[in-house]
Amino acid sequence: MTKHDLRGLTRRQLLSRSLSAGALAMVGTGFIAAPDAAWAVEVTTITPEQMATLLQMARDIYPHDQVPDQFYAVAVKGYDSEEKKALVAEGVAALDAAAKAAGFDSYVAAGWEEDRVKLLQGMETTPFFQTVRSGLVTGLYNQKEVWPIFGYQGESFSQGGYIERGFNDIDWL
Amino acid sequence: MATFDLNDDSVVVIIGTGAGGGVLANELAQKGVKVVALEAGGRYLPEDYINDEWESFGQLAWLDARTTSGDWRVAKDFSGLPAWIVKAVGGTTTHWAGASIRFQDHEWKALSTYGAVEGANLLDWPIDGAEMAPWYDLAETKLGVTRTGDRAGLPGNNNYLVFEKGAKALGYKEVHTGRMAINSADYDGRMACQQTGFCFQGCKWGAKWSAAYTDIPAGEATGNLEVRDRSHVAKILHDESGKVTAVEYFDKDGNKQTQKARIVCVAGNTIESPRLLLNSASEMFPNGLANSSDQVGRNYMRHVTGSVYAVFDKPVRMWRGTTMAGIMQDEAIHEPDRGFVGGYELETLALGLPFMAAFLNPGGWGRSFTTALDSYENMAGMWIVGEDMPQATNRITLHPEQKDQFGLPIPNVHFDDHPNDIAMRDHAYKQGIAMYEAVGATRAFPTPPYPSTHNLGTNRMSEDPKDGVCNKWGQTHDIANLFISDGSQFTTGAAENPTLTIVALAIRQADHIAKEMAAGTI
Repeated sequence: MTKHDLRGLTRRQLLSRSLSAGALAMVGTGFIAAPDAAWAVEVTTITPEQMATLLQMARDIYPHDQVPDQFYAVAVKGYDSEEKKALVAEGVAALDAAAKAAGFDSYVAAGWEEDRVKLLQGMETTPFFQTVRSGLVTGLYNQKEVWPIFGYQGESFSQGGYIERGFNDIDWL
Repeated sequence: MATFDLNDDSVVVIIGTGAGGGVLANELAQKGVKVVALEAGGRYLPEDYINDEWESFGQLAWLDARTTSGDWRVAKDFSGLPAWIVKAVGGTTTHWAGASIRFQDHEWKALSTYGAVEGANLLDWPIDGAEMAPWYDLAETKLGVTRTGDRAGLPGNNNYLVFEKGAKALGYKEVHTGRMAINSADYDGRMACQQTGFCFQGCKWGAKWSAAYTDIPAGEATGNLEVRDRSHVAKILHDESGKVTAVEYFDKDGNKQTQKARIVCVAGNTIESPRLLLNSASEMFPNGLANSSDQVGRNYMRHVTGSVYAVFDKPVRMWRGTTMAGIMQDEAIHEPDRGFVGGYELETLALGLPFMAAFLNPGGWGRSFTTALDSYENMAGMWIVGEDMPQATNRITLHPEQKDQFGLPIPNVHFDDHPNDIAMRDHAYKQGIAMYEAVGATRAFPTPPYPSTHNLGTNRMSEDPKDGVCNKWGQTHDIANLFISDGSQFTTGAAENPTLTIVALAIRQADHIAKEMAAGTI
């Protein structure tokens, strides 16, 4: 679907389309957003569909069911740039071509994670996959806002360390 | 603070200010010897340290270009980052965990004790435990090592308590919170550990010993030590008689300077030190300085390492408290029945979530990987430190084409695991996993080695000049006024974390150099 085609769609159509495709994100003109509008990523260089594909890839590469989409969106936002445009276009096209060959409309249209992971495994050694995967290691896990979801507390110096705050509080041994 | 003229040829020039160079600089200054210390990195003190793993890495890590080769997994996972060391005044004593244990007597005599091992370039040190004992005493006092002298041990954190219970369940006896250069009580004007974590990022309390805020300022206070930071040494110069005379370096503005010297001590850590000797090749020394043995750059050792992490059904919160205050030493013995020579220590270790994501299984992805991180809060961790085999082919060489920001050939670090290394690592993984399973671990992860933190052996000590680069004082066999003052002088690696031994050797070397200078022999 081209950018032009998207313009004709109503919000409801966008929403239902994205849900039927198995993606969590809504794709609109120049943006992708959460269906409940809790967050949105504006894209200026790559297409909203490409961004939605990157978002789904991020979720499939490092799936954490308790981590909301918004953190993955932040992690892949940097691909909306002139510098990364060609890499993304080629990579997404290759991924979608592999999906079509496997009988799906597109990568994001494959409903089961297991099916999408197989498609990713097929391109594991490509620069596109490796760039996205290695970028996520810091892009996703180095977001301070994501740490509490994993229980990680980050720095403690400002609170005087853990000497009086549970450095040895294990109670089940 | 002293300043010395570039043409002052009475000074000792020390290259590098870490555990070797930083201590040597202070010890010489205390004895009235004039010292110019050239440090490639900048100055950072506790108030500058950042308790955030990646941000701190960007601040402190040595990130100059390097390449890797060989079958070690680091070459695949971190091809441009063979070592995780520090570029700063104080060197890697900023980052080190603080574990301070002596070599065991037999480890000074690896060749005699283990016998020849195929493919290994084993050698006995020209010194032994008895010779080193008084220097270890001084080093332990300097560093304020816990469980030595009258210093108490650190309290055990959650990660340690899991580790201890597992070790004892397996019948291990030598299990405690370590001999650590981290204050368990106020010591030497520095406060006690506040169990903050982030030992690897520089201790913001100053509770962990680092040359950056102990030996360096103490040396400077004597008026005999000038530390020039952001000064990257390019070449050591010599005269027609073969004695070294000066050091060429790029100063903080990138200008090339030449500092004259009576004596030059190389302490740039095990990759940079041989690189500098090789980059200092001349017509007289076409294979590099002090390299008549062809051993400069060879026998690179990095310890047999690896980690074991495990998850439990309840929280551990391993990141709370001292990063490495926990050790099990029962396997640090020479017992060939296990299928390998030499031994290993197991030590507690914790990484924060960002580094765990990077290091747990580099390159890994998908649910097998992410479900491990999902249990991060319930995770405990330990690190393996064992003796690896010196191999002549594991070596630092100059890259034939690539140059650094100063136009100097960069180092390539080649490393292949020796079969003894692999057998030891596999044994350690098995025992580490068993320890955690004994406490109810539901899943364990034998984690591959990180970029090397213990870098050793590339300018090794030897009795016979044809076997190594320097003698028992760290003085190079070929050039009387050129010394090796860091971990590159290690003949073998032993099973122990190396810093205490580097410090003890530096104190001993300072005593020797001062005496020889007074006697007019160098």
